[in-house]
Amino acid sequence: MKGIWGQKLGMTQVFDEEGRSVPVTVILAEPNRVVMKRTVARHGYSAVQVGFGTVKPRKLKKPILGEFRRLGQEPVRHRRELRLPGAEELSEGDEIRVGDTFEAGEWVDVTGTSRGKGFAGVIKRWGFHRGPMTHGSKYHRGVGSLGARMSGGGGRVFRGRKLPGHMGHARVTVQKLKVQRVDAARHLLLIRGAVPGPKGGWVMVRASKKAPRASEGGAR
Amino acid sequence: MLDLIRLIEEEQLRSDIPVFRPGDTVRVHLKIREGTRERVQMFEGVVIARRSGGLRETMTVRRVSYGVGVERTFLVHSPRIERIEVTRRGKVRRAKLYYLRGLRGKAARIKERR
Repeated sequence: MKGIWGQKLGMTQVFDEEGRSVPVTVILAEPNRVVMKRTVARHGYSAVQVGFGTVKPRKLKKPILGEFRRLGQEPVRHRRELRLPGAEELSEGDEIRVGDTFEAGEWVDVTGTSRGKGFAGVIKRWGFHRGPMTHGSKYHRGVGSLGARMSGGGGRVFRGRKLPGHMGHARVTVQKLKVQRVDAARHLLLIRGAVPGPKGGWVMVRASKKAPRASEGGAR
Repeated sequence: MLDLIRLIEEEQLRSDIPVFRPGDTVRVHLKIREGTRERVQMFEGVVIARRSGGLRETMTVRRVSYGVGVERTFLVHSPRIERIEVTRRGKVRRAKLYYLRGLRGKAARIKERR
């Protein structure tokens, strides 16, 4: 199974073999230990619940601690699910390590929670144009006209109209990013380009759906 | 957490870069890839700016070649640079010597620093 949870540390640049400077996102992906399994028989789908990080047992609530005890597992700080093909083959207690999972040059998809932008207007959220700020204009950054008399057969707003609202803090996947480097010793993954979310945000890295079949021949 | 990023950057820093500053004349030995062969090309000129720091530091080198001003910007820590040689130390009073672009010949000279 090709997937791992990690924490986005931030961006930097590295030099590749050719001496080019490459922008990369650094992801800290400590070994993910399989805590629980989700099975088709019991849960209706197959996945693994992985955990990472350490906690003092006293910091956890008793029912959760009891869960770990029942499973015979060391308590972990965070738990996430990896619902990927090949999850059935893993068993509880197995560890997923970056070094074994990915190698440089592979294509991956990265999923994370995008940065929250709050309640955003239509310009920021949908890329609308703004009106003139001066020359007697009273239309600056507003929504503009909607729900005119004729629209939709009588003075209503069409469904799906782009309006202001909450932006960001949503699950976002960026497909087809290249693994620039894997640092197994430090559990680091260097991925070319940007990845959703703030520094410290959790991201899931998995094999890309869009990877070209001849992985060597693709874009650099 | 962020220290790991600093570490990645520091690992790539070069320690063989000589001390030089704007106004100095340097000879940059560049590794050039030609098909499979690799050769070294030189670019000599006056450093007119050094920007940013750490791994991202760049230097802008200016020379006048056949009457045409040529400026090249290099990443100071780039592995494509084989070596940097300081051929002359210049005495200048500012960090960015962009004013040299408007000067030619005698006026574009820089006093030597000793």
